Amino acid sequence: MTSIGRVKARGVLLVMLCVALLLDASCKRQPGTEQSLFPPSNQVADWAKAGVIRTFEAADLWKYIDGDAERYLKAGVQRVSTTDYKFQGKVDATVDIYTMGNAAGAEKIFRSEPAVDMKPIQLGDEARLSGQSLVFRKGACLVRIVAFEESAETQQALLQLGHGIELRLAR
Amino acid sequence: MSSLCGANRRDFLKKCLTGAAVLGVSGRMGLLSAAEEGAALAKSRVVIAHDAMLRGAGTTVDSRRMLGLLDRAMQALFDRDNPIEPWRKLVRPGETVGLKVNALGGRGLSSNLQLVEAISERLQEAGIKASDIVVWDRDTDEMEHVGFHVSTGGNRVQCFGTDQVDYEPELAMYGSVGSRLSKILTQRCNVLINVPVLKDHDGAGVTMALKNMYGVIHNPNKYHPNGCNPYIADLNMLPEIRAKMRLTICDATTACFEGGPGYKPEYSWKHNALMVSQDPVALDYTGWQIIERKRAEKGLKTLEGDKRAPNYIATAADAQHRLGTNDPRRIAVVEV
Repeated sequence: MTSIGRVKARGVLLVMLCVALLLDASCKRQPGTEQSLFPPSNQVADWAKAGVIRTFEAADLWKYIDGDAERYLKAGVQRVSTTDYKFQGKVDATVDIYTMGNAAGAEKIFRSEPAVDMKPIQLGDEARLSGQSLVFRKGACLVRIVAFEESAETQQALLQLGHGIELRLAR
Repeated sequence: MSSLCGANRRDFLKKCLTGAAVLGVSGRMGLLSAAEEGAALAKSRVVIAHDAMLRGAGTTVDSRRMLGLLDRAMQALFDRDNPIEPWRKLVRPGETVGLKVNALGGRGLSSNLQLVEAISERLQEAGIKASDIVVWDRDTDEMEHVGFHVSTGGNRVQCFGTDQVDYEPELAMYGSVGSRLSKILTQRCNVLINVPVLKDHDGAGVTMALKNMYGVIHNPNKYHPNGCNPYIADLNMLPEIRAKMRLTICDATTACFEGGPGYKPEYSWKHNALMVSQDPVALDYTGWQIIERKRAEKGLKTLEGDKRAPNYIATAADAQHRLGTNDPRRIAVVEV
């Protein structure tokens, strides 16, 4: 291989390395940056943020999901951030973003939940949608959006909010 | 009185027997045939009251229908014609009554506000002062988040979390458990009415009456290994809990068959029911069977098959604990 060829090969490797690091870092944020994960009001059409962001580190996860915390801890959860939204001023929803140690942890949680009454959809690395909830994983993140009322528009609205969150996770 | 509030005695008995016949067909729970009805009174009675129209045409529980549902359940449990009489059997004026709700599941799967209002209304009609009723759980913010209105003074029903008053400094101990108890339990209530929710539980298998006492202590996170067994049973042996617990009213308006204890709509169903009993073990056993039936209907493994059978229920019934019975032959399930 010529010296020019070696330089090109190194360049390609460098680019691949950067892409891999970016993908891996997409959900491994430091505490305090949770604000950036949640779309502000009306960034996603008709969705308004309706609460403060609460964050629970792994050691305190039981304060948020006591009883369900163990399986997240076994899968390497680092923290969960949660806040509320409102769709068109009438449908309330809660968004939970679990940051795991790696993508395998998010996959483990996602795969452990039976797909009862849910359909697979294209979002993030893997996603499921039902009439009132959307669950997807992307990198080391697992996102759960739950709406508290079912209507003809709820499912589509959940999907739009999910896309809005996915975009922010990819940054 | 509204026709919703007071069930006629003859209708009530007819419904009991109809419910018993249905249960006789469906099988696994305690049976109550007409011939056995008298004998069944000696059994631990678990009443399941249903109202298919509890939400009318909408999704929100109707307050009047909830009151009627509670009345039917309580009258069936205490075998009374009048909706106030069961409460007079349960509490006396001057007593302070704690309603231990469950707000942990968040919106969608926490003790229903309309149910708590209905219980408070009947307690007051039975002679309990509003300010002697405390609606409580571990955390005030959690309670507010699911819709409870905090109230800490005046002549109103009180409503707040243990975070407002703290836990006792000393540990209360029994068996595997050493925990600080909520001062609401130890200092504010001399009667406890347990108001849990019918739920699947990732660690324990199911959570209803017995498990809801995890919200009474400062360190519930320590007691989740081994399916919470024997921790749940040991915790319920603490004298402050055992001596004050008089009744469980389990909210099964929305119930959960998988993925609990948090709310996941895909694993929840509108059961539109209440379960009441003075035997928390019998109630938990009966609720477990309801969850298993729903799991089977949805094509899921049994909890045993999922390696999370709620073995703590048997422990609570064993010779060391005797908190109630898990023997279906000794449980009279009455559907009204």
